[in-house]
Amino acid sequence: MSDATMIALPLLVPLVGLLLIVASGRVAALRDAVTVVTAATMFTAVLQLLPRVSAGERPRLELFEFFPGLGITFEVEPLGMVFALLASGLWIITAIYAIGYMRGAKEKHHTRFHAFFAVALFSATGIAFAGNMLTLFVFYEVLTLSTYPLVAHKGSEVAKRGARTYLGLLLGTSVGFLLMAILLTWWLAGTLDFTPGGIMAGTVDPAYGSILLVLFLYGIGKAALMPFHRWLPAAMVAPTPVSALLHAVAVVKAGVFTVLKVTVYLFGLDYLTELWTSDVMLYIAVFTLLTASLVALRQDNLKARLAYSTVSQLSYIVVGAMLVNSIAALGGSMHIVMHAFGKITLFFCAGAIYVATKKTEISDMDGLGRRMPFTYAAFFIGALCVIGIPPLGGVWSKWHLMSGAFDAGYGLVVIALMISTLLNIGYLIPPVVRGFLLPSKDGEETGMREAPLLCVLPLSLTALGCLILFVAAKPLAELLSGMLVVPVP
Amino acid sequence: MLEHLPALQVAIALTAAPLVMMFGRATRLAWAVATLACWASLAVALMLFVQVADGSVISYEMGGWAPPWGIEYSIDAANAWVLVIIGLISAIVMPFARQSVEQEISESRTALFYSAFLLANAGLIGITVTADAFNIFVFFEISALASYALIAMGRDRRAILSSFQYLIMGTVGTTFLLIGIGFLYIMTGTLNLGDLAARLPEVSDTRTIRAAFGFIAVGISLKLALFPLHLWLPNAYTYAPSMVTVFLSATATKVAIYVLLRFVYTVFGFEFSFVELAMAWLLMPLAVLGIFIPSLVAVFQTNVKRLLAYSSVAQVGYMILGISFASALGLTASILHLFNHAITKAALFMAVGCLVYRLGGVSLTQLAGAGQRMPWTMAAFVVAGLSLIGIPLTAGFVTKWHLLQAALEGGLWPIAVFLLGTSLLAALYIWKVVEVAYFQEPENPDTAVSEAPLGMLIPTLVLTASTVVFGVFGNFTVASAQTAAAVLMGAAP
Repeated sequence: MSDATMIALPLLVPLVGLLLIVASGRVAALRDAVTVVTAATMFTAVLQLLPRVSAGERPRLELFEFFPGLGITFEVEPLGMVFALLASGLWIITAIYAIGYMRGAKEKHHTRFHAFFAVALFSATGIAFAGNMLTLFVFYEVLTLSTYPLVAHKGSEVAKRGARTYLGLLLGTSVGFLLMAILLTWWLAGTLDFTPGGIMAGTVDPAYGSILLVLFLYGIGKAALMPFHRWLPAAMVAPTPVSALLHAVAVVKAGVFTVLKVTVYLFGLDYLTELWTSDVMLYIAVFTLLTASLVALRQDNLKARLAYSTVSQLSYIVVGAMLVNSIAALGGSMHIVMHAFGKITLFFCAGAIYVATKKTEISDMDGLGRRMPFTYAAFFIGALCVIGIPPLGGVWSKWHLMSGAFDAGYGLVVIALMISTLLNIGYLIPPVVRGFLLPSKDGEETGMREAPLLCVLPLSLTALGCLILFVAAKPLAELLSGMLVVPVP
Repeated sequence: MLEHLPALQVAIALTAAPLVMMFGRATRLAWAVATLACWASLAVALMLFVQVADGSVISYEMGGWAPPWGIEYSIDAANAWVLVIIGLISAIVMPFARQSVEQEISESRTALFYSAFLLANAGLIGITVTADAFNIFVFFEISALASYALIAMGRDRRAILSSFQYLIMGTVGTTFLLIGIGFLYIMTGTLNLGDLAARLPEVSDTRTIRAAFGFIAVGISLKLALFPLHLWLPNAYTYAPSMVTVFLSATATKVAIYVLLRFVYTVFGFEFSFVELAMAWLLMPLAVLGIFIPSLVAVFQTNVKRLLAYSSVAQVGYMILGISFASALGLTASILHLFNHAITKAALFMAVGCLVYRLGGVSLTQLAGAGQRMPWTMAAFVVAGLSLIGIPLTAGFVTKWHLLQAALEGGLWPIAVFLLGTSLLAALYIWKVVEVAYFQEPENPDTAVSEAPLGMLIPTLVLTASTVVFGVFGNFTVASAQTAAAVLMGAAP
């Protein structure tokens, strides 16, 4: 296959899937089958690119030009490869889960739900494969717009209010800051292409670069740096499959992915060390990381707690980018994958608990673990993965982050990361303990009352994934390190 | 034949108008003839556009009288661009109009309605092609008088009052224009635009010429609804029949902006307008206020037609802002926006026309549930709305990008930040509509409301699709706008 078809396929599959989902909307079983098949096909299509990218090739596709010198261009590099694989792979599992959840929780408008899911995955792939910043921006906006109907899905006042916050903050930051940053970059550097080693060294005065960095980091609202993190807890009104795939994986990871992409391919790590704001942003990320953990501790609503945990974990990745050394950047990139598996498992569990018992508050869940052992076991594994305890995948990314911080001489950051790990334990383990050990409040029932199989199977799979990642971290790190190689001219 | 195209451009609509009126109650026939006339107009406009795309100028002597004594029609890349806008919008609004007009206009008046529409169309085309200052005034009056009649035919009785309001303001505007032209004639003894441009420098340092500039600028500003001279516009757009709103919103203010450009750049010249009179310092604050205040007002509207009308005033502000940068890039952005906003706003008003057709009105409460009941219409509204906000891959983004670059080029950082901020206001008022239409249950779920008829839906969707096409393939429109800007700037001494 040529470069063009190889890149076009993963983008086209979800679009074709979208049409088929809408067309088969009247027959529920067929539509659900189409969704899963689309997801599987898309994953296969993305997988085709892997051997070539890991061999060091960079497949390219230039679609068309907007204006002279600037167009929609795709180029697959290791980081984007990993992100696309992650999003499309987890979509298969989420699609299965969504079928079980949407039926179990008696949600309405299934066709619209699955259709916008496909659009969201299309745009996530576009972000992953974007060859320049404008292309990335286009898909970034499409992702925001296509997830809005998913957040507002229930149509209740609360859902609409949440969706308004979601859209307002994401669109506001992206139009107000990100577009401005892109425009200035284009104006100053004369190009927006993602180039190994960056495009700003030698073209952009570090004084401007410092401002640009702030604009970029706050413009990428999806990375949820404080004080622009409010949209993520607000998005929790969405049905749980959305929270799981989009607000633990596709959307939020698109944000930190963009952060990494901008720092590595636009600024370049060397240039970044010259900017005084990189330290400022580092400490803002550290602040976000600790504060969000503290807020998470106080949340009784399980999904809200997980949301604040996500805010905190996203900042790990931003920290990885702002530490400006290759080990930390690698750690940040790995954390995209590790956290994705851990957090999606946790959300799946929260959804399964809701489907089985209609409970949303942690204080009501005492003793539930004995009735839902599979779900709670998976929750435990997911929690350990997010915390970063062996033998789960999460340990490797945090290991890299800490040693990167240590190497760079940021002792404070190392300490902050350690405190944060303790906080992680503090807010993720109690739900498990309460579930297994405390007596149930509403009378003891014997026997299992698990969620539907279509809910339990996916969460078991992702929990298994957390375990496998512990072993599979090495090839992942090798693939990702390809992005830090700057070709010698 | 080919050399008579400039005359033909005006003549088609002008002769079709009385012809259509004679059909009386044969409304279908009247509609068909009017449609054919509009399509022919578009064909002529496109032929002219192709001829001058390289930056050349076609000069046509009306009746064989050589200028400056006779009336000259002159076509260059700038006004051919406007001709294409007028031709395109009228050609696409006519198929849409048949069913919409059948519902909104009584049968006895339909032929008159189409006749008035063609007259308005001919007037706008005339303003654009002519190179004679007095002729501009005459065509302004033709189009304006026809527009007053068109607006007054709206179903709501308030249409008559808003038409009257427009008449007063419009007459003041054209009178100012005429006074200004009179002053120019007193000082130079000529009415031909090119001739004026040649003779003005000798006398430009007089109070009369400066007064003429003032009168002309204010007069045209009234016609193009520059804030705070926009008060006639919201009512006129709100109460006019659907297809009239589509047509006027996409063409009338654009033509007025073209005339402003023509006077500022060709007649008075860049030096006089921007250096001596420092017009930029007048236009920029007005543009900034004109973007901000109407956008804010639009957010609080409950009638979607009025909401879009206020948005039109704000969009005029964007075009004026581009002009006020006094640079080639800024001018390009403004000319670009003439087209991009025309197709965007026309698509939006067509979608609104479809909603009016089925729901009887477009106050926000009536729109509840429209997303499920009229999925295609609302989809068109959303896509065109995205273009209005300036989301990438839509026509609106192409403009925004260039406007922002022009602001940065001029070192006007605060303006660039301001522009980004105001596009969020657009997002706010578009999303207000979307939210009601998609996420609110209809008030009376039992009444069956179906999708708009195909005759109206297809033109709407075609125009909506074009906002995406011109957003993706912006190269073509950008190049044309650049040529037009170069022609205008080049004419400056």
